Amino acid sequence: MPAIRQHLRFILNGEDVSLSDVAPDATLLDFLRIKRSLKGTKEGCAEGDCGACTVLVGRLGRDGLVYESVNACIRFVGSLDATHVVTVEHLRGANGALHPVQQAMVDCHGSQCGFCTPGFVMSLYALWMRHARPSLAAIEEALQGNLCRCTGYEAIIRAAQAIASYGEAGNDPLVVERAAITERLRVWRDGARIDCGGRLIVPASVDDLAAIFAENPKATLVAGSTDVGLWVTKYMRPIEPAVFIGALDEMKRVETHDGVLRIGAGVTYSDARKILGEKIPELGKLIARIGGEQVRNMGTLGGNIANGSPIGDMPPPLIALDARVLLRKGSERRELPLEDFFLAYGKQDRQPGEFVEAIHVPLPAPGTRLAVHKVTKRRDEDITATLGAFAFRLDTENRVAAIRIACGGMAGTPKRALGVEQALLGQRWCEDAVLAAMERYADDFTPLSDMRASAEYRMLAARNLLMRVYLESVSGKAPVTIARDVAA
Amino acid sequence: MNKHASDLKPEKIVGGVATDQRHESAHKHVSGTAVYIDDIPEPAGTLHGCLGLSTVAHGRIRAMDLSAVRAAPGVVAVLTAADVPGENDISPTGRHDEPILTDELVQFFGQPVFCVIAETRDQARRATLKAEMTYEELSFTVDIGALDPLNDKLVTPPLTLKRGEAGEAIRQSPHRIKGRMRVGGQDHFYLEGHIAMAIPGEDGDVAVHSSTQHPSEVQHMVSHALGVPSHAVTVEVRRMGGGFGGKETQSNLFAALAAIAARKLGRAVKIRPDRDDDMKATGKRHDFLISYEAGFDDDGAVQGVDFTFAARCGYSSDLSGPVTDRALFHCDNTYFWPAVRAQSAPLYTNTVSNTAFRGFGGPQGMVGAERVIEEVAFALGKDPLEIRKRNFYSTTTRNVTPYHQTVEDNIIERLVSELEADAEYWRRRRTIQAFNANSRVVKRGLALTPVKFGISFTATHYNQAGALVHVYTDGSVHLNHGGTEMGQGLYLKVAQVVAEEFQIDLSNVKVTATSTGKVPNTSATAASSGSDLNGMAAQNAAQQIKARLVDFAAEKFSVPADQVVFLPNRVRVGNQEFTFADFVRQAYMARVQLSAAGFYKTPKIHWDRDKGQGRPFYYFAYGAACSEVSIDTLTGEYVVERVDVLHDAGRSLNRAIDLGQIEGGFVQGMGWLTTEELWWDERGRLRTHAPSTYKIPLASDRPKIFNVKLAEWPENAEPSIHRSKAVGEPPFPLAISVLHALSDAVASVADHRIFPDLDAPATPERVLMAVERLKRKAKSLA
Ligand SMILES: Cc1cc2nc3c(=O)[nH]c(=O)nc-3n(C[C@@H](O)[C@@H](O)[C@H](O)COP(=O)(O)OP(=O)(O)OC[C@H]3O[C@@H](n4cnc5c(N)ncnc54)[C@H](O)[C@@H]3O)c2cc1C
Ligand code: FES
Ligand code: FES
Repeated sequence: MPAIRQHLRFILNGEDVSLSDVAPDATLLDFLRIKRSLKGTKEGCAEGDCGACTVLVGRLGRDGLVYESVNACIRFVGSLDATHVVTVEHLRGANGALHPVQQAMVDCHGSQCGFCTPGFVMSLYALWMRHARPSLAAIEEALQGNLCRCTGYEAIIRAAQAIASYGEAGNDPLVVERAAITERLRVWRDGARIDCGGRLIVPASVDDLAAIFAENPKATLVAGSTDVGLWVTKYMRPIEPAVFIGALDEMKRVETHDGVLRIGAGVTYSDARKILGEKIPELGKLIARIGGEQVRNMGTLGGNIANGSPIGDMPPPLIALDARVLLRKGSERRELPLEDFFLAYGKQDRQPGEFVEAIHVPLPAPGTRLAVHKVTKRRDEDITATLGAFAFRLDTENRVAAIRIACGGMAGTPKRALGVEQALLGQRWCEDAVLAAMERYADDFTPLSDMRASAEYRMLAARNLLMRVYLESVSGKAPVTIARDVAA
Repeated sequence: MNKHASDLKPEKIVGGVATDQRHESAHKHVSGTAVYIDDIPEPAGTLHGCLGLSTVAHGRIRAMDLSAVRAAPGVVAVLTAADVPGENDISPTGRHDEPILTDELVQFFGQPVFCVIAETRDQARRATLKAEMTYEELSFTVDIGALDPLNDKLVTPPLTLKRGEAGEAIRQSPHRIKGRMRVGGQDHFYLEGHIAMAIPGEDGDVAVHSSTQHPSEVQHMVSHALGVPSHAVTVEVRRMGGGFGGKETQSNLFAALAAIAARKLGRAVKIRPDRDDDMKATGKRHDFLISYEAGFDDDGAVQGVDFTFAARCGYSSDLSGPVTDRALFHCDNTYFWPAVRAQSAPLYTNTVSNTAFRGFGGPQGMVGAERVIEEVAFALGKDPLEIRKRNFYSTTTRNVTPYHQTVEDNIIERLVSELEADAEYWRRRRTIQAFNANSRVVKRGLALTPVKFGISFTATHYNQAGALVHVYTDGSVHLNHGGTEMGQGLYLKVAQVVAEEFQIDLSNVKVTATSTGKVPNTSATAASSGSDLNGMAAQNAAQQIKARLVDFAAEKFSVPADQVVFLPNRVRVGNQEFTFADFVRQAYMARVQLSAAGFYKTPKIHWDRDKGQGRPFYYFAYGAACSEVSIDTLTGEYVVERVDVLHDAGRSLNRAIDLGQIEGGFVQGMGWLTTEELWWDERGRLRTHAPSTYKIPLASDRPKIFNVKLAEWPENAEPSIHRSKAVGEPPFPLAISVLHALSDAVASVADHRIFPDLDAPATPERVLMAVERLKRKAKSLA
């Protein structure tokens, strides 16, 4: 058993915070606004969608200390051990001067009612620390998680483009103090398990997690809290005891062994966007359309799979790639094809006390084409109406040698289009074959109507995505789909 | 005293009118120090409220067991209708159809039934879940599609506008069209949700901090609810995190409940609903079903039009009367209808009572007008722009509106022709045709639509405003007026007016929180009227003080009054000059009153609703927008490629602020017509009540190229404040161009031979369904 510590500690702006009596469902936003009277961070929705509550959390990661924008409204205080929380109050210089990001927003008329503004400032601050001169696409991507109802965004974009002319990130306090903060956080990472009254537990390691969860199978695992956060803020569901697993380094590893990519369950979307995106660009592009930047900085692949949602975006492409999920309970591990993990709506093949440790994705064989298309009402930060993931290979005679298609939003689980695959397998890859295969969607799926889309639309769009894949594969001059540039 | 040094002095003050000042709170917005109501330090012992909402769309409450709620941790009180000491009604028009808490009859899913007051907000929310309600469910109507506009229940009397004999004109026309269009509603999605904090005082007084556009109405509602005179209630608001009409009447509920609880419990009470509750329990933009019939000649000149605007009003009248009236007032947009009849049907539905939203029905009226134009163009196989121009109001003839007001300030022709050239409409029209001919999946569309928006409250008595100006002996100025700041830059513009009047730098003028205790009997900050009315009232106050100062100086220095001149930051009296501060100090010593209450009422306007005639509008604001879109005909997804806007703000008081209003209004209008969809399930429950399901535009939805210009040349034909024009609402309907561009792109799949019949919001789903419909029809025609 590791050492046990009964408090957690983090840096809030310039001050050390140590807490022992902290509720597992205490959100960072309430902590800031109610407990600390830091009122600069706003609540617009309490569900991670508007970005008014954006703050930065600095954590020691693969690349040293990184500051990421997060939604304070659905981030739990329990997840903050050994981090540096930075709020909008921290930006003004000691002499009261506005920070370059703030000054650019003022000069470009980037605020009207001002309620969204602190959140935009924080998102732009995080972006500016990464890219002094971001492209327009990078700015748009960094702002996917920030809603503004007043400005129409134009002025904010102008501000984002102007920041570099107001100052260099090199002089920024967070950069200047980087080494000192890193050192403080490193010391705090003492390898102990945190246990606040048995209600809030932060395991010391994955082994420790395995032991804790096997012993308390009723505990709530909390990774990025982009789902669990809403259980608390919207449904007021109890999550006690809560086991916070978002900071476990071992669960954040990505390795390649024998052509298989092993992705730790705790890898966030943002990390996956970089690492997976390099190996499998289609996945990178898809991830850029999951949530907003803040959600991507918190949400994990493991959480997206474990929650079993039929409209989770990662399972379909992973199923198309024939990924396997690695489950662990205590010291026992088992691996099964991801598609078999989803049994029915709300039901997965996961035992009490068992958790997702990693996902194993075979790297696509040479010649395999992968296409992933997500269809939503609003392009960004929206939940899937229908999603199609296609992995296929053509032989030298242009016949379909292998194909796996998986869809989201079309059934009670992420599900393969077996009939469609069957119709295409061995066929010549031509429009007639595709048209014939499109008819088979109706055998494979009976989608529902809801506020996101009607069943009819889901079916039509899902079928048409196959046609899009086909048209994209036969190169032509005319565009096959509309584009808004995606950041590199 | 400073003599003969004037050539070294600045020629202009910093921050007068017609200069591009930054928002007065910008530096506070960016640093998180701008105080919104939830940021005000709470008095010790402040309690928190949470609404208990109904869970049926229509029914009678048979039993309400709140014992578990009362027993829940932290709960101090649970209010029901019986706890309202005064009148249980917040109907803004006095129709007594909107209870604060309903006692028996539930008329929509999400209607407030009780209110839990607890030590913390979290406790109040948790306790609310423990209520046990039993309802007798009644049949309900959510959609207006199934209703008869002429015979079904209305929430308020309808209006008919009539000029000429429309039916006859249509019958005698060589061509006719007839159709029906659905235009969806819209949630305001102000980033700061509703909030009120009430603090009890002595004598049963109560002070209320309310996020409201209409402090005076909140004051009246609270006083009625408490059964106390208005003087016992003071309502204050420094700023809102957005309003857009959603805080014109909808703040009353929260303020009234907070005040009732505060009075009852003797402690401060704050109510800040969760976003979901805010969206379920407060009104939105009205959705409409617009039925139309029109007759026109071979050139596309419309001869007669007949409209019915049926609106989903919800269960009570709220502002549905004036909103549906304004829809009719805008069913002409920029077009002269030689013969016209337009009638409204403000229909009762079992949904939340719809309310004001930027444009106030006007945009829906214009959508109707533009729909007619588009369909006429289709029928004749002509470019819609040609038909638009053919039907524009003229200046000396063809200039009478359906409500018999003569349009005296028409500039639409020039605006549109400038935009047409700037945006290269015809060249791009050809490029797009060529593109579409060669593109199988992606289709482009283009549309240029005009806007004419009537300025003034149609309820004539609202067109008045007050202001209070104090000049202190150090030369600094305190300004207060009846308008509220919701981000639109009103405080700044009015301060610019006052700075200009006194010829002092803007930094010397401080605008303070709007309060019913300072300026009484104010109108809502709505109808784009904020700077027109309050700017004039503040100018009037400043002028009164100036007049006294001039009299004082003329007498003291024995000079004629015209030799007392207010120069930048100084005053010249005869051949002497004083700093402004020095000058007012001397006036103070001479016992001159340095404070004044200003007042303004808009001249010329009148409106006889029974006759459907009058001059409801002081003037019109104009604009035009040209939008280009691409659609994906496999999924219906789209992007807005480019938008060009040319807008008329008269002689702008502050171009930077006005451009922000145009950009923001456009994108908000685009959201209304594209991705913002209100969706009710089979139980009559609104299911898009949070940003996770209700999608307002993001940065990545804004036009890829967005050229917004203020026209340089227009000025207000009427002597408005410095000849500027209102700019809050008029830009919103510019976004109709996006809807029409989408329709144009859809039409291309059938070679523009079949009318797309595209409803709004044109979600990707609606676009795809229209594409499919056209493809099917084209096939069956082939
Ligand atoms: C604003 C917003 C936008 C979103 N947009 C999208 C989107 O576009 N597409 C999409 O797919 N999703 C979207 N989501 C949801 C998505 O972020 C989550 O599904 C996320 O992937 C869950 O990961 P997490 O780490 O946050 O999980 P948590 O919320 O921490 O947990 C989710 C569930 O998984 C369990 N869990 C977590 N990790 C493990 C593990 N290792 N083993 C076993 N159980 C575990 C938890 O106990 C819980 O039941 C969005 C969410 C928000 C708030
Ligand atoms: S409050 Fe909206 S994202 Fe946190
Ligand atoms: S400035 Fe009002 S929401 Fe952005």
